[in-house]
Amino acid sequence: MAEDVGVATGRLLVRGGEVVDATGSRRADVLVIDGVVEEVGASLATPAGATVLDAEGALVSPGLVDLHTHLRQPGREEAETVESGARAAALGGYTAVVAMPNTEPAIDSAAVARQVLDLGRGAPCEVAVAGAITAGRRGEALAPMAELAHLGVVLFTDDGTGVQDGSLMRRALDYARGLGVTLAQHCEDESLACGGVMHEGAWSSRLGLPGMPSVAEEAMVARDLALVRLTGAPMHFLHLSTAGSIELVRQAKAEGLPVTAEAAPHHFALDHSVVAGYDPVFRVNPPLRTTADVAAVKAGLVDGTIDAVATDHAPHAPETKDAPFDQAPAGMLGLESALAVALTELAGPDGPLSAREVLALFTWRPAAIARLGPNDERRGGHSAHGGPIVPGAAANLCVVDPAVRWEVDPASLASRSRNTPYAGRPLLGRVRHTVLRGEPVVVDSKVQR
Amino acid sequence: MSGTALEAGSIPAPRASIGPHLLSIADLGHDGIAEILRVAEAFAEVERRAIPKVPTLRGRVVATLFFEESTRTRLSFETAAKRLSADVLSFSVSTSSVKKGESLRDTVETVEAMGIDTMIVRHSSAGAPAQVARWAKRSRVINAGDGWHEHPTQALLDCFTVRQVLAERQGRDPGELGTGCFEGLSVLIVGDIRHSRVARSAVLAYNALGARVTLVAPGSLLPPSLEGWPVEVATDLDAAIGRADVVSLLRLQAERGSGSFVPSLREYTAEWGLTNERARLLGPDTIVTHPGPMVRGVEIAADVAELANTVVTRQVTNGVAVRMAVLFLLLGTDPPAAPDEPRKVPAHG
Repeated sequence: MAEDVGVATGRLLVRGGEVVDATGSRRADVLVIDGVVEEVGASLATPAGATVLDAEGALVSPGLVDLHTHLRQPGREEAETVESGARAAALGGYTAVVAMPNTEPAIDSAAVARQVLDLGRGAPCEVAVAGAITAGRRGEALAPMAELAHLGVVLFTDDGTGVQDGSLMRRALDYARGLGVTLAQHCEDESLACGGVMHEGAWSSRLGLPGMPSVAEEAMVARDLALVRLTGAPMHFLHLSTAGSIELVRQAKAEGLPVTAEAAPHHFALDHSVVAGYDPVFRVNPPLRTTADVAAVKAGLVDGTIDAVATDHAPHAPETKDAPFDQAPAGMLGLESALAVALTELAGPDGPLSAREVLALFTWRPAAIARLGPNDERRGGHSAHGGPIVPGAAANLCVVDPAVRWEVDPASLASRSRNTPYAGRPLLGRVRHTVLRGEPVVVDSKVQR
Repeated sequence: MSGTALEAGSIPAPRASIGPHLLSIADLGHDGIAEILRVAEAFAEVERRAIPKVPTLRGRVVATLFFEESTRTRLSFETAAKRLSADVLSFSVSTSSVKKGESLRDTVETVEAMGIDTMIVRHSSAGAPAQVARWAKRSRVINAGDGWHEHPTQALLDCFTVRQVLAERQGRDPGELGTGCFEGLSVLIVGDIRHSRVARSAVLAYNALGARVTLVAPGSLLPPSLEGWPVEVATDLDAAIGRADVVSLLRLQAERGSGSFVPSLREYTAEWGLTNERARLLGPDTIVTHPGPMVRGVEIAADVAELANTVVTRQVTNGVAVRMAVLFLLLGTDPPAAPDEPRKVPAHG
């Protein structure tokens, strides 16, 4: 399992925490030597010269994996770079993110994919890339998926838009099936979304803003499920936001179709009523929807219809967001707050899940979709993420204190952008340390480089 | 004697405060609307003088920031400000640095740095005045129409005009009627509700005053959701029109008749226009309002536009007094703000 990424040399002891992974949970210290877990056990002796990370009262989980990150490089470096986005990711407990291909130019060639992978190599979080399904994400012709697959790219999407042309999407699925890669769709039928800038409903009607109806998402989910049934190719559904979409995917899974799905934190933490003040920080696509949709997203996460929480971290420079609501770009930051938002909404006192179950949505489940787990064959040169914390495992770890109360301060974010929708909102649970291949890249909620 | 200064005591002392901004009719509630109507009556009296000008806002600076074309609303606001002796700065997008790419926020901050007391904002984006109000450190902000959202002063002048007509018929002063004359009044709003800021403000205003509002429109021109709207919906204009005390027509923009919202302007006129035939179904006292500009032959027949109960011209006249009242109530009781001392203005929303 030769990896083309470096590992930290030296010894690290993560002491006093509760270790949680796909196999269960136990009180244990974790000793790391040269980037690899050496020993997991109660009250381990501190080796001479070892760095000690305090995990008292905290959970020690595999490092988080984000299936949906916009790093904006190349093309929009004023909003984010691979480096600044990776720092934000590390602070959020992530040890791997999948960079979305809607850069400028798009990641639709080996050259651009290599550029982003190279930029990620020294970053404080590993950066995998997703490739575009169509050339330039224009929805007209297939992108060179085989060439990208040779670089280890396993997810392909035109995210930002969905592939509108049904027959092109069908051919893309046929082509992808042969390559063993997975297509991921941003489900939005543009003819139905019709230029909407928020969810179409009571609030859009009152506020006088053009809305996009839930059926714009659901129509494409339904079409793509039919295409999966036809082609047999696997598919991943990005940021599902409506009760109807989730029900369609629930039925498809019951039928046995090879589909997975993700949801973004804002779709289970916020609803469309927050747009009432016309603050463009709440403009996002898919839009914030009704309280019934919020409940459906939570239910989908609880019953496994939705496999993973993915941030859809979408930085926009302040000067572009300081515009009238309908002119501001859609998207919100997510990396530095996602786990805390999920713990607050899902694992709080009245929450339906345990903290460990929430961590599953951020670690081993998304790692399997991105094929970054310890049993995945190639991983595109990345180390293993999301696997059990056992001797021999790559030391990609997240230490999170589920009892800490805190608030996001937009001014102190590591991201280059400030468009967080959570400013001033009390959150429960905070990432204390992040360990990347044995290196403590975040210590006491501060990024180390 | 008519004078250049209003005699002491003839401007009513404000009884209710409004503001700090006027972004939506919802900011006013019943009492705020009643107060504006009351004060507007006093200014309507000023307007009837030989020299219709009072010194109330002398030394104050009012800027009209119109990012979208308008004739009557801008003229009406500027006339109102001048009759109150305010200095008026006029900013329009065609001659401004917005054309050079300046953002709304920078424009607002630049204008405010010149010592402006009030910004009157029209914008094609819903919510733009609310954002201007958030960015403004010391100015008051008045929404002069934002996208499909609201046009508060239009609704206020509609209510003012309706009350004036009702008072005349009873031979009384409009002020004596208070807002009781709206209680149970049947108001029919007809046309493109979906894309109408006038309709959104009118629904809120008439409802706050106790009127019963019915919307009449083809389904494709109704808002996608009417959840929480205090209205009834009717599809048959002929059936609804005879029971209405007020028929409020809305302009149908020509591009809406191109086939995607209604099949054609011709069909729209036949089903939802106030044609000569349909006007015969109107009650003898039914008041017909239109915010202008009218598209004669589409939503209103040319002859109907000239009927005695069609009060379009009177609406325009009253617009000045109503806007004087709004400016006075937002500004008249404050000391002028010093540019270096930001006034504490609570954030909206």
